[in-house]
Amino acid sequence: MSTTVLSPFQVDQKGFYGDFGGAFIPEMLHGNVEELRQRYLGILASESFRNQFNELLHQYVGRPTPLYLAPRLGAHHGTTIYLKREDLCHTGAHKINNALGQLLVARELGKTRIIAETGAGQHGVATATACALLGMECVVYMGARDIQRQAPNVARMRMLGARVEPATSGSQTLKDATNEAIRDWINHPETTHYIIGSAVGPHPYPDMVARLQAIISAEIRQQLDGLPTHIVACVGGGSNAIGAFYHFLDEPEVQLVGVEAAGLGVDSGKTAATLALGTQGVLHASLTKVLQTADGQVVEPHSISAGLDYPGIGPQHAHLEAVKRVHYGGVTDQEALDAARQLSQLEGIIPALETAHALAYLEKMNFRREDRVVINLSGRGDKDLDTYMQHLAL
Amino acid sequence: MTVTELLQSPAKDLLNIYFTAGYPHLDSLCELLPALEAAGADLVEIGIPYSDPLSDGPTIQQSSAHALANGISLELIFKQLEETTTQIPKVMMGYFNTVLQFGFERFCQRCADTGISGVILPDLPIELYLDRYASLFEQHGLSNIFLVTPETPADRLHYIDQHSTSFIYAVSSSSTTGVKAGIQDAAPYLKGLQTAKLKTPFLVGFNIASPKDFDFACQYARGGIIGSAFIRYLAKQNDLHAATTQFVQHIRQLQLS
Ligand SMILES: Cc1ncc(COP(=O)(O)O)c(C=O)c1O
Repeated sequence: MSTTVLSPFQVDQKGFYGDFGGAFIPEMLHGNVEELRQRYLGILASESFRNQFNELLHQYVGRPTPLYLAPRLGAHHGTTIYLKREDLCHTGAHKINNALGQLLVARELGKTRIIAETGAGQHGVATATACALLGMECVVYMGARDIQRQAPNVARMRMLGARVEPATSGSQTLKDATNEAIRDWINHPETTHYIIGSAVGPHPYPDMVARLQAIISAEIRQQLDGLPTHIVACVGGGSNAIGAFYHFLDEPEVQLVGVEAAGLGVDSGKTAATLALGTQGVLHASLTKVLQTADGQVVEPHSISAGLDYPGIGPQHAHLEAVKRVHYGGVTDQEALDAARQLSQLEGIIPALETAHALAYLEKMNFRREDRVVINLSGRGDKDLDTYMQHLAL
Repeated sequence: MTVTELLQSPAKDLLNIYFTAGYPHLDSLCELLPALEAAGADLVEIGIPYSDPLSDGPTIQQSSAHALANGISLELIFKQLEETTTQIPKVMMGYFNTVLQFGFERFCQRCADTGISGVILPDLPIELYLDRYASLFEQHGLSNIFLVTPETPADRLHYIDQHSTSFIYAVSSSSTTGVKAGIQDAAPYLKGLQTAKLKTPFLVGFNIASPKDFDFACQYARGGIIGSAFIRYLAKQNDLHAATTQFVQHIRQLQLS
């Protein structure tokens, strides 16, 4: 892991990616964010961190995850398709890579209490798991409405010893859970580290999360002989996507594709397609693209997948779109549901609803037979069975 | 009078009252400003409602949501200010994004046109302010007011002091607004500010709710800022003018006696 990255696609000295990024934090958070900013690169590069992190990823998470050649899915699309199996990570998604890494950083900073936000509960479960493993107090903020929608993950977090705090403000979903976590951090600056669950938030979070998830693309590079032609990933805040893209950003011949949740359709008014519809604004202390009114009030997104139901996006993705390094597209709720069933029946792998968005987008792309396409299979679908039962008449 | 002139005057025990524009009614600002002036507040802070007020506790979150549901916008706040004539120094408090969407230049111009002489944007850090907006604020005679907290290290405190004009907003404890009971624990920190040889006066805010808290703030600072407690008081009253008079008298009772 190098400490100085000189790439037009990476964060600059002031914490910006082109026109996006920065740390729009109140003074109450300055101490914590500044400490993190000054120390994260040193910690991530230190031998003790690297040894502990690699050991945990190997022994506990089960890394490296397979890069599986999916023959029947490939035949369907008339090309060669590989699935990067993040769904096989302990706890069932890529989120654990970030949670464990940040927990080690927090320990290095002398913090004793961990807070996190969660939407579908995947990041909450990953954080609760990491905290149980390393013996740290854990509080997870979750929208009151999501607590009702995602009961099994709430029970998992409690089983793991975490306290789940309902966010009752606003729309009572992921955005509000994030607000409450940030407010908690303002109120407990000395003891607490906030483990953000995606590549969002004030600098240095987007860069730190990207570096922790970059293990995904580092493994792809080792597992594949030569470069892929395409990498496709779903984008909520953007952590699994940036992890899968990271080590290919400077390889212009690799086409990188991010897939947003279009909800009922980009123009339906019920969508989470932030890059398609958003305008430049600040959300959760980052200058990025935001779904907002002309007055700058944040608009509630919609996606059938709770993990993509976010009105912002990581600032690096906003930049990668602006400079046209990554192509971003959208997929509707229904298209994602169909793709989830398709993968299940072609390959015997039930994907998370978030991931199903990446799979559905393949239908909108044109491939040549000789292409080599990597899909980041960010998570497994167990948590979504209720939704699949409801919408797919199972 | 501007906020900078007020702070340059010898006046002390300054009472700065925050309210959320558009709350409890869409046009309450037009009633609250004259009422606060008549009641003897020294300074007002007009809150610009935002959907995601990260620095605020439940009281101001709710007043903001309520005001937005009433239909308030920054444009409308400026219109209401045009319709109200008061001499009391006025500052605006809000979140960066609202101003960014309105347009910084246009915002500064409208502030200057409507008698706003200071701005508090808690999520605009001083470095970014100096980089991007300071000259615009200066052109329009606006004082940008920075926050400091008990965790602000000495060098940063002096850096902020150097770039402050009217007053420094001393947050009483590490917290969001209106969530802790009282500010008496802040004594060592306020004493530290008092003896830090700052060129800029400071006012204490966050969690001041009682006459005792206000009096305590005034022992160390040029005055105190009250927000959540005033909003909570208004919520229970029908006659905003009478309520404002009562609230200001109540808070000032220890100074008057
Ligand atoms: C399986 C899975 N994939 C993707 C996401 C979206 O997050 P991100 O864009 O940060 O990868 C989530 C979020 O909960 C998830 O659980």
